[in-house]
Amino acid sequence: AKKFKTLEWCTLDFDRRVDSRTIYVGHRPCPANEVFIPPKFCDNRIVSSKYTVWNFLPKNLFEQFRRIANFYFLIIFLVQVRVSTFCCTKQCYSDFDILPQGYEDWLRHKADNEVNKYRVTVLEDGRRIQKESEKIKVGDVLEVDEDETFPCDLILLQSSRDDGTCFVTTASLDGESNHKTHYTVPDTERDVESLNATIECEQPQPDLYKFVGRMHIYKNNEEPTLRSLGPENLLLKGATLKNTQSICGVAVYTGMETKMALNYQGKSQKRSVVEKSINAFLLVYLCILVSKALVCTTLKYVWQSKPGQDEPWYNEKTLKEKETNRYLNMFTDFLSFMVLFNFIIPVSMYVTVEMQKFLGSFFISWDKDFFDSEIEEGALVNTSDLNEELGQVEYVFTDKTGTLTQNNMEFIECCIDGHQYKYRDASSEVDGFCVTDGPMNTVQQKAGRVSVEREELFLRALCLCHTVQVKESTEQGQDGQVVPPLQEQRGFIASSPDEIALVQGAMRYGFTFLGLESKTMKILNRTNDVEMYELLHVLNFDPVRRRMSVIVRSISGETLLFCKGADSSIFPRVKQEEVEKIRMHVERNATDGYRTLCVAYKHLTPEEYDQVDSGLREARLALQDREEKLMAVYNQVETGMNLIGATAVEDRLQEEAAETMEALQGAGIKVWVLTGDKMETAKSTCYACRLFKRNTELLELTVRTLEYPGKRREDRLHDLLLEYHKKTVQDAPPAKTRVASQDFGFIVDGATLSMVLNSSSENNLHDYKDLFLQICQNCTSVLCCRMAPLQKAQIVKMVKNSKGSPITLSVGDGANDVSMILEAHVGIGIKGKEGRQAVRNSDYAIPKLKHLKKLLLAHGHLYYVRIAHLVQYFFYKNLCFILPQFLYQFFCGCSQQPLYDAAYLTMYNICFTSMPILAYSLFEQHISIEMLLENATLYRQIGKNAMLRWGPFLYWTLLGVFHGLVFFFGVWFLFSNPALQDNGQAFGNWSYGTIVFTILVFTVTLKLALDTRHWTWINHFVIWGSLAFYVFFSFFWGGVIWPFLRQQRLYFVFANMLSSVSAWLVIIVLILLSLLPEILYVVLRKPRGPYARQVVL
Amino acid sequence: MFRVSVLQTTDVIPSKEKSRCGRVGGVSRSEKMVKQESESANRPDNTAFTQQRLPAWQPILSAGIVIPGFVLIGLAFIGIGVALLVTSRSIQVLELDYTGDGNGSPCSSCSQSTTVNCKCSLNFTLDTLFQGPVFFYYGLSNYFQNYRRYGASKDDNQLYGDLSYFTSPSSSCSPYDYDGSKNPIVPCGSIANSMFNDTFTLTRTVSGKTDSVPLDGKGIAWWTDYNVKYRNPSVTPLKNAFNGTVKPIDWAKPAYELDTSDASNNGFVNQDFLVWMRRAALPNFRKLYRRIDASGDYQNGLPAGNYTIDITYNYPVRVFNGAKKVVFSNVSWMGGKNEFLGIAYLVIGSLCVVMSVVMLIVYAKFKFPDEE
Repeated sequence: AKKFKTLEWCTLDFDRRVDSRTIYVGHRPCPANEVFIPPKFCDNRIVSSKYTVWNFLPKNLFEQFRRIANFYFLIIFLVQVRVSTFCCTKQCYSDFDILPQGYEDWLRHKADNEVNKYRVTVLEDGRRIQKESEKIKVGDVLEVDEDETFPCDLILLQSSRDDGTCFVTTASLDGESNHKTHYTVPDTERDVESLNATIECEQPQPDLYKFVGRMHIYKNNEEPTLRSLGPENLLLKGATLKNTQSICGVAVYTGMETKMALNYQGKSQKRSVVEKSINAFLLVYLCILVSKALVCTTLKYVWQSKPGQDEPWYNEKTLKEKETNRYLNMFTDFLSFMVLFNFIIPVSMYVTVEMQKFLGSFFISWDKDFFDSEIEEGALVNTSDLNEELGQVEYVFTDKTGTLTQNNMEFIECCIDGHQYKYRDASSEVDGFCVTDGPMNTVQQKAGRVSVEREELFLRALCLCHTVQVKESTEQGQDGQVVPPLQEQRGFIASSPDEIALVQGAMRYGFTFLGLESKTMKILNRTNDVEMYELLHVLNFDPVRRRMSVIVRSISGETLLFCKGADSSIFPRVKQEEVEKIRMHVERNATDGYRTLCVAYKHLTPEEYDQVDSGLREARLALQDREEKLMAVYNQVETGMNLIGATAVEDRLQEEAAETMEALQGAGIKVWVLTGDKMETAKSTCYACRLFKRNTELLELTVRTLEYPGKRREDRLHDLLLEYHKKTVQDAPPAKTRVASQDFGFIVDGATLSMVLNSSSENNLHDYKDLFLQICQNCTSVLCCRMAPLQKAQIVKMVKNSKGSPITLSVGDGANDVSMILEAHVGIGIKGKEGRQAVRNSDYAIPKLKHLKKLLLAHGHLYYVRIAHLVQYFFYKNLCFILPQFLYQFFCGCSQQPLYDAAYLTMYNICFTSMPILAYSLFEQHISIEMLLENATLYRQIGKNAMLRWGPFLYWTLLGVFHGLVFFFGVWFLFSNPALQDNGQAFGNWSYGTIVFTILVFTVTLKLALDTRHWTWINHFVIWGSLAFYVFFSFFWGGVIWPFLRQQRLYFVFANMLSSVSAWLVIIVLILLSLLPEILYVVLRKPRGPYARQVVL
Repeated sequence: MFRVSVLQTTDVIPSKEKSRCGRVGGVSRSEKMVKQESESANRPDNTAFTQQRLPAWQPILSAGIVIPGFVLIGLAFIGIGVALLVTSRSIQVLELDYTGDGNGSPCSSCSQSTTVNCKCSLNFTLDTLFQGPVFFYYGLSNYFQNYRRYGASKDDNQLYGDLSYFTSPSSSCSPYDYDGSKNPIVPCGSIANSMFNDTFTLTRTVSGKTDSVPLDGKGIAWWTDYNVKYRNPSVTPLKNAFNGTVKPIDWAKPAYELDTSDASNNGFVNQDFLVWMRRAALPNFRKLYRRIDASGDYQNGLPAGNYTIDITYNYPVRVFNGAKKVVFSNVSWMGGKNEFLGIAYLVIGSLCVVMSVVMLIVYAKFKFPDEE
């Protein structure tokens, strides 16, 4: 009874914390609970698509109506059902809109299915059952094999390795590609099949590195054993099993509750700036429309109030009209005017924009420059809504690992006592060394080469000072032999890839690390002898110390401490006379973008060692402040060392990464690197990518700089922020004299960032965030390291919502980048090695980082120009289309008499003027692609939505008004005498409208022709074809008595018009008059584009 | 990868603007044939179209082309303008208002009475020959033939001679579709009902002797209206087709009696009716009434002399502040008298010339880089 009580206490305790869940391992009821209630959790399905077959229509419609336009269309549609008959065309418009979105979502469904239908092995009642991944339930025991990814979050129960560990790589989660060790829960090892246990753990939360839980293990009727569970027991969905044959684990979080899914943000419909501009313009046009209708309604009633005008004898009202309420009449008149003028709202623009985006995006996927022969794939377009946004990017947030770098560390060179050693070609050098004298050698000319002892000491240090493990070779037969396998075949496992690079570097110079066997490190030296060292202590790496050491004892009984670390942490701890020789190398290497480490050593006398040994043991056993105590011992022992040399390791950049970054910066884009990686690695990458340059002043806001004697971290943060703010913002010269100003680079890490963002208890929260943002925005490049996936998204969100709401672009390749890809305006996925997560959630996916340049500078620029022109042109052409109709109301007693025939009204936007602009918006290259790629600065010209701001909009609107006035009044003057033919016959109102319409169609088409700077045969075909079609259609439409028409208004009107010389003359002169300002502008503007194009080619 | 040839060609871009075009971009066919060896299914097609490298023309409006072009266009326009203006000036127009507003005017008595077929007459004198062919128009002011409800108020099927619409006119004709006793009106609708019903005869007084001027009513309406768009029902006699229908309320006689003298000008294909049915574009308009028959004394138009127009005054316009007039005009190749076109051409032509001068100055001063 007592035991039950304690258990009840436990459950009570857990129940009070709402955020806990109980899991029955293998769905087996445990003896503690009399009633086994299978808990309900969500299934393991991953849903990244937006719609299902069922909710597609309503959900999509709802989203569509978020656009003002669509809502408006619905209203007009409802009105028109009553008033007029153009409704079906409207319906087509909205249908058109839906199709591409449905197609895109279908692709997402397909991708989801790939994941959800993946076969996994489930252990059920002692049998192995193959299941689809989506059918996994919480509590299932799963078996996962090597190199498979975990289908959900698992608690590790059993591993095929003897020591109850397994290795995983979380590259696709947080970008760290190193191997991490996870541990099984003790006592569960032996028999998973019969394990009777429950797990209590917290409710799902997104932090990848936190997990709290406990496991009750029941054995027969014994007291249940309690085991605590931590993140080291949890295997995350998305991580990959490495170096372990298979594991068994129990599912604790599934589907959308996994940590990966929680770090993934729901796909919200991204809207481009262009769309926002369209909405703004639309509002203006709606105002114009409403005011037009109001003016006309008012005028109508003013006009009717004059005697004899309301109901002249020749135009009596019907009985019904007389009887209806006057105010109701006013209202219906108002609505009729709305319908009459509603063509001013470019309905078809939405179709054309949608088509342009959908069709235009094919040019991205077709581009052979984006094709990567390695992975046999080209670019992928997941959403076509954002093509033009690619031309508006102001901030690029890039992941480091796998995006900027290949995550492939390579030993480049080292420096021993100031002599530079560069590895050139292993085969040509007998001893593996070749000397290329560095600048320091001139000082020590006489010394020549360093003594062999120093070289070997250095190499031994490299071989010993690390935590690398040798990967067990799968071929067991060769294992015993002393002959090392070929360098490339030897596998190493380490928590940091540059440790491997160093060990491999030493291997190339003749010292091979053979492995660690029961505290003994074996090294194969140049003379193929095995040296044995007893490993006494490892002084682990930590980001504050920024170094690590090992203490070893050689066969001869010498006790040695080898230490390697960042220059800044080593230099103060070695003899100062040695520093200068090395410092120059290190600094040069650092600015070359190499990752540098300094290596030092120290002889420990037996007394010293005993002291250290006891100090370390004591600290390790301490229950309180263990970390601090260890640190103190570390710092104590790592002093007075001898500096041997330095190493330079290259984190290999992606192809053309530096060029791409330079081009982006040239285009005025600010590049931020957001990485989960260590600061040093990331910093050197930034140097290598030329994001930081030699003269860049680095401002650091990291855990390290916050460590300041005698100050609280918060105060230090405050001081630093103010200091940096002063430097970058206040002291910065005014924008005009920016040329000579200092470049700043800003470095911040995750811990500090969360301090900045989450210091909510303090009242100056707002200031911190603002200060931080201002500093960042005044720096040319910003590096954020040690970022959790959600923090990356936070940063993006912060910038996105800052003043001026700049357009952001995120580029990444792993699942850890998904949140930022989704958060940014445009998300780019790199089709890298780390799975397809990023690609699936991105808006565009490209095989390599270098493709970003063309994507932004060429495609983005062109798309923006195309669509901006498209939008402006549409508003313009509909304004000058409907303005004459509005003006006509003043001459027909405001009676809603249309100026144009219904066929013309409908066909204008659909047939006569839609194709040329569509062709333009697909093929226009106002500047050739080569030019755009060569001159990144051209990108700045369209920055900040330059072509869709109010200035250009006003210009186009005025142009539309001007044209509308010219069309209407030109013909009005002509019609002061309607006898326009030489037979004296008079023209009527439809002739009037047809002349205006002919001028209109020709003018707007020719206006587009003037704007076209890139005439392909398609443009020719479509522009001249449209005009020809108009003429043909008009003849045809007017040439037949159409049986289905009630009124044959246009019968022979067009043909009669063409028989009049005056009509011809007025058409020609008015077209010319309308286009005259445009021609003048084309002629007088600086002919930059075309000439530049000719020069280039 | 792509070899691009730059060709200089000349092309004419719209609005008669001469331009020099550079041929840019392009892939020769042979290059398209060169296929990558490692052709894979995913590899994008390497065609000019997919790679956005279609051969393209780049219109270049350089000063060397534009300035002479503008001068040419300007001069041509000025030439046309002068021709138009001269032509327009040579057209003679005689307008006579006969609304009868003032007490002094000849038709004032008629305008105030409501008598049917009230007679009045206008006199005018021609000092010189009114060059033929002379057209005789009537004009109405402040008359909204372009009013929407008015314009829609007709039944084209009926007017096309479809008998089924005789008995049930379109509802758009309302309130002129049925009369008070529910008889269908043919032709129905406001337009037909309000047909202009003043009639004119023109006489010339030569040495005390009045001589009626021959007026020709043929071909005053559009040929297509007369021959295709409007048709009488194929019933003989025409009168029978109208059985069971009534004439429009304001008409003096039914449609089949519009011109009893000429069967081909009767019913719906009556020229006056057709002229009226073609709605005017603006509230002040004129419609063709007759042509002066070029025969006998009137071979060359109206000779100098005293003329009298005898008017049968029926059409009320004063209720809506309208006005009526008769207009004599001859026409040229450009139609009736209209100074607007000539002036527009002159203005725009000279604008072009002025602009080319301005451009010349600008170019001379700033030396654009293309002037090699």
